[in-house]
Amino acid sequence: MAERKPKIVGFCCERHGMDAAVLSARSGKQTDASVRLVQVPCTGRVDGIHLLKAFEDGADAVFVLGCLEKNCYYDTGSIEGRKRVNYVKQMLTEVGIENERLEMFNAASTNAWAYPEIVSKMVQVAKKLGPIGGGEKQ
Amino acid sequence: MIVAKRKPLGEIVEMTAPYKKVTVIGCRSCVAICLAGGEKEVKMLVSALKVRNKKEGRKQDLEGLVVERQCEKEWVKEVEDKILGSDLVLSMACSLGAQTIGDMYPERLCFPALNTGMFGVPEEQGVWSEKCVGCGNCVIHTTGGICPIARCAKSMLNGPCGGSANRKCEVNLEVDCAWAAIYDRLKLQNRLDLIEKVTPAKDWSTSHSGGRRVYVREDAKLTPHQKKGKEAVQ
Repeated sequence: MAERKPKIVGFCCERHGMDAAVLSARSGKQTDASVRLVQVPCTGRVDGIHLLKAFEDGADAVFVLGCLEKNCYYDTGSIEGRKRVNYVKQMLTEVGIENERLEMFNAASTNAWAYPEIVSKMVQVAKKLGPIGGGEKQ
Repeated sequence: MIVAKRKPLGEIVEMTAPYKKVTVIGCRSCVAICLAGGEKEVKMLVSALKVRNKKEGRKQDLEGLVVERQCEKEWVKEVEDKILGSDLVLSMACSLGAQTIGDMYPERLCFPALNTGMFGVPEEQGVWSEKCVGCGNCVIHTTGGICPIARCAKSMLNGPCGGSANRKCEVNLEVDCAWAAIYDRLKLQNRLDLIEKVTPAKDWSTSHSGGRRVYVREDAKLTPHQKKGKEAVQ
């Protein structure tokens, strides 16, 4: 039986985050997970409910990828995104879920190696922790 | 407005775990403004509990909804079928909302998801501070619009205590002395003479210490005849 691929959801801003992911794909870099990317106008648009919903719907790990904090297209969007991620990490801890399942990253659009590194890191986390509840989506 | 804070999720998980059908009901009034129990917070709590249940393999039917003002019976009545169809109602309103549901449906269980904290105002985004304790006998017309009962740790009425130093409170050096603020405000208003006026001991009979308070406006109350007519319409 084939090894189960971790389910990972990534929220990428349409500026640097998504561009970094696209550049990485164009450079031929491979990732080994079932990553579902959600393009958002800015990581400041990502709300706590979006992150929790991803876990609720079966994600093993979730990441948010935005612009570099001092080079955010919307100035403070990726700072807002990080605040939301930290808030939800705290909520996950309180309900007994490992908070490393959720991470915030920042990358420049020209950084082709950042995206595979991020995916690789989240895959490691997802493989180490397994699916939430130990099974498929309930 | 009433300022509240969500209880730790571990505590909420513990209180909701034994029940199969749980309805989380938020409120669009004060607790929505202080980001504790509005629509978004209800959705997030329901989602977090679902993720927790997924981990535990627990089957629980969770639903979230929001009413306009949970402390008013008319608005609660609109979700009556949801309340009656639940094993547990988890109120994300202040304690007033939770108690309104409890009073209307005494045979049903309604637990609080929030800790109701204070009468406060938003100072800046994400920051609320207490400015009134509801003592029932307001004196701020004599103190430059600043309440010494709520803002002074000792609720002093005639100037600062001996612990006030460098405009800070001895209870917490991060907190400004309320009486330093009152002095500044009165000076600004050219009413410093008020600071020398001796205020007699406060009449606390209007405060909570006398037990549950009930305010009545006779002109707004319905007569028995009016009540009968209203019931007939409903």
